Amino acid sequence: MKTVEEIRAAIEAAVPGAGVGIVSNPGPSGQHSLRLNPSHAAAVAKFLRDDAELALDFLSNVTGVDWPDKEIAEKVKVSKAVDGVEQTVEETRKRVEPGCLEVVYHLFSVARKHGPVILRMRTVNRTDQVELPSLTSIWRSAEFQEREVFDLYGVVFTGHPDLRRLLMWDEFTDHPMRRDYVEPDDFEYEPTAHDAVAARAAAHQEPREGKVAGQ
Amino acid sequence: MVDEGLKIELGKQGVFVTTIEELYNWGRKSSIWPMQFGLACCAIEMIATTMARYDLARFGAEVFRPSPRQADMMIISGTVTKKMAPQVVRLYNQMAEPKYVIAMGACAISGGPFKQGYNVLKGIDRYIPVDVHIPGCPPRPEALLQAFMTLQKKIEAQHLTGAGRPRHLDAEGQGEFPVPVQGEHDLEPTSNKGVWPLPVIIR
Repeated sequence: MKTVEEIRAAIEAAVPGAGVGIVSNPGPSGQHSLRLNPSHAAAVAKFLRDDAELALDFLSNVTGVDWPDKEIAEKVKVSKAVDGVEQTVEETRKRVEPGCLEVVYHLFSVARKHGPVILRMRTVNRTDQVELPSLTSIWRSAEFQEREVFDLYGVVFTGHPDLRRLLMWDEFTDHPMRRDYVEPDDFEYEPTAHDAVAARAAAHQEPREGKVAGQ
Repeated sequence: MVDEGLKIELGKQGVFVTTIEELYNWGRKSSIWPMQFGLACCAIEMIATTMARYDLARFGAEVFRPSPRQADMMIISGTVTKKMAPQVVRLYNQMAEPKYVIAMGACAISGGPFKQGYNVLKGIDRYIPVDVHIPGCPPRPEALLQAFMTLQKKIEAQHLTGAGRPRHLDAEGQGEFPVPVQGEHDLEPTSNKGVWPLPVIIR
């Protein structure tokens, strides 16, 4: 099978202006991914499936990743008036880099017996712009798996034939696999609690004398 | 109650002495028909218990009824998810009295190894009264047989009058258990306080 760079070149030749990037995997598996642009994702996916040499006809897995907002503290040299004198002072400024939600597709070829080819797509941010194109029309196995990513991460797949929650019930509002998900408060009975669970269970227990509740 | 020695003596002479209560409870305990209700891995062990090697039918569980209307007992075998919990309570409500519940496996008792999961109900005894709990992950078929025998002993020891009488002879007994509603973040209420008085953790 081709290397990631060769696949990328083939995609660029077939779908001009696709803007595919490579996300390298530093681990020992060396399974680098192709990062797709949401606007050209459907065309690229169709090429990957229909190409004679690649023939990636089997979508084995769709999963999500939550990249939370990052707070970066950087030291900046700023000229400030200190005691009436202009001086260049080092100041630490805190910047919030917005996070995003990512969807990862694992493709294999049953006809050619090669794979995996890994695709990634990122949303604009985690709050309001969470739409990505659905690849259900190209690989049918994306139907349920994209529903699961919608349920657990909140990524809205435009063009999905039946986008509902899969694992949680329809009236549920949270997205459980996000980093900022807080479990509801049903910690009344935790006999062997420790760490985070002990902290949550402490609210339901009576404090012991001389010790902090929850220990 | 008739003295045991006298019973045996009379038995030797061919006279069989019993009480209505003994006969009634003997009939009840020897013909408990469970409901076909398996949720997860413990269901496989439950099926193994009904098969030839550990035959459950010789204890009276002759058939597993598919309909709750015809069943006497529900074996909660497997993890109860919060999505499934209201349906479990509904099925329990549909069973006719006298009805019993065996919570099989760690997941049915308290959520088990998946207790901190986002969709896992921490024990079905939050919503319905459980008669026998079987620890294990999964419990062996012999453990399920022992639980069945424990339930039979419990039925045998029940008096038909007085405070501890079974629910179907008690006009004040709770008939229908409230079904939890699937709310925005969790099931509402998180537990049924009448059924699940908060266990006290002794440290």
